[in-house]
Amino acid sequence: MPKGQTLGMGELETVENRPFETAPFAKGAIAANEKRDDIVVLTADLGKYTDVYPFRDRFPDRFYNVGMAEQALVTVAAGLSRTGWTAYCTTYGAFATRRAHDFLAIACAHGGANVKMFAGNPGLTTGYGGTHQAIEDLALMRAVPDMTVIDPCDATEMRQIAEQAGEIDGTVYCRLLRGNVPVVFDPATYKFELGKAKRFGDGADIGFISTGFMTERCLDAARDLARMGVKASVLHCATIKPFDRDGVAEFAASVDKVVTAENHVLIGGLTSVVLDALQEASILKPMLKIGIPDRFIECGSIPYLQNKYGLTAERVRDSVADWLGVRAEAAE
Amino acid sequence: MTPALSNDTLSFAFLKEKAHQLRRNMLVQAAGKGQGYLGQGLGLAEFFSVLYFHELKYDPQDPHAENRDRFYMSTGHYSIALWAVLAEIGYIPKDMLPTYGADESPLEMSTIEGRVPGVEMTGGSLGHGLGIAVGAALGLRLKGSQSRVFVETSDGELQEGSTWEAATAAAAFKCDNLVAFLDCNGIQADGMLVVPIEPVADKWRAFGWDVFEIDGNSLEQLVGAMQWARATRGKPKMVVMRTKPGKGIARLEAREQAHFIRVDADEWDLISRELEQENA
Repeated sequence: MPKGQTLGMGELETVENRPFETAPFAKGAIAANEKRDDIVVLTADLGKYTDVYPFRDRFPDRFYNVGMAEQALVTVAAGLSRTGWTAYCTTYGAFATRRAHDFLAIACAHGGANVKMFAGNPGLTTGYGGTHQAIEDLALMRAVPDMTVIDPCDATEMRQIAEQAGEIDGTVYCRLLRGNVPVVFDPATYKFELGKAKRFGDGADIGFISTGFMTERCLDAARDLARMGVKASVLHCATIKPFDRDGVAEFAASVDKVVTAENHVLIGGLTSVVLDALQEASILKPMLKIGIPDRFIECGSIPYLQNKYGLTAERVRDSVADWLGVRAEAAE
Repeated sequence: MTPALSNDTLSFAFLKEKAHQLRRNMLVQAAGKGQGYLGQGLGLAEFFSVLYFHELKYDPQDPHAENRDRFYMSTGHYSIALWAVLAEIGYIPKDMLPTYGADESPLEMSTIEGRVPGVEMTGGSLGHGLGIAVGAALGLRLKGSQSRVFVETSDGELQEGSTWEAATAAAAFKCDNLVAFLDCNGIQADGMLVVPIEPVADKWRAFGWDVFEIDGNSLEQLVGAMQWARATRGKPKMVVMRTKPGKGIARLEAREQAHFIRVDADEWDLISRELEQENA
């Protein structure tokens, strides 16, 4: 893996070998307000970097930038919701869940406030190191009572969630994919459904259970593995809470081995909730867990970091091939 | 839509009687337990009297009336004062007051949104109320509503950084439908204020607010502050209220550790008598 450079702030990662859509969140939020006319978007000095300016330009009187003040971002949103508005907030997940945790929990979730937090830079989607990489955000938010937690995979899903979030009761924490976002799911046929996992393929040797952009990588890895004689299927769990326990148990029961994959530490995120669900269903399967190690990650270029920490399609494929004892080279 | 008393029929005798009744309602709650945040509540009896019986618009039949003013009490642990006034305006039955702080009573030691009519926010984790009030002020303005937003905060709460984030936002967005009341009672959990916070009035002015400083136990000055808040435009407004914890009962006023008052069982009769004597 050649070494690269940390991207400048706001520089967009290029998307290779796959169609992409620019700023799908903004498109969804605009569509939502055209339909509902009750959405107010707030950001905390990260408007440009969370794709909200198209919304601001379309609905200038429905936009507030509170400055670098995540606690104000969340409490002001909570106040707007108490006067009948649907408040969409954006900042980076690291700041939302670390700095403003008490405010998301008490000012929002405790009273069921209609606040939807869209949190950028999830996991290793930024090269700005431990301060900016939200690698434990799903764990922090999942543990808050009455909080809905979503980790979308691609542009199609991101746009649909932005369009539908107002219909979800209470407070929502959703990871935000910004900039040029790959299109993995066909917008003509894919439908995001809260709390419902989606199965792709019917291979039974390996069952990938994944969330966020790791589903893209698992789908690619499954194609490579097929050429090596390993039949795999993928279960995409965009909703971390409420979790589709039955869907996951049914899926796991239908495959020989399970691989979980998340753009998050292996503490408290997808892998943990999958293990809970399988234990409750008395299902025990050999399992490989793919995720970010329990440490703060350094700065670096995004492809470099994702490769180093095993989150690319190639690394997923190789990890599974190693685990199974088959030769990864066969796929090349 | 009330207030129960309009400016045209302003009666200080009536407001004084209401403040007295609020204190009685607080004693009824604390007597059941022998302890509580009684000092803070007693110190705000005049404020709650003027707010609920003179200034705030609300519907005695419908706590959720769309065109009501909003009141956010950021210091949730002052719930004893809020229960006193919500009982007085009929949102909760008075015979519920002795259950304050008892298991399974909705009258909790700290306010929880959604459990008692008239509670607009979950207080207690300090530093939340002002930001929520700013959001509500923006939300009402966006709707073209004439309703106003009142929020109570405290001197100790100014130690929370989130207060100043909200203060900055309120000024930036020119929330002139927002009136904040700062209860400066000089106490916090560890005793007298543990870090200096003065000069509070200058701090709020520096943050772009209009500021009015009063004796928070003076009905006349509170009514004057309400008139001032109606008249000024363009900026959020802060009424700095100097209050005395335990106000109205000499034996409690004299206590140094008035943050969380414990009262011996045989003291309650004495305290009740003192309250009636001082208001005779």
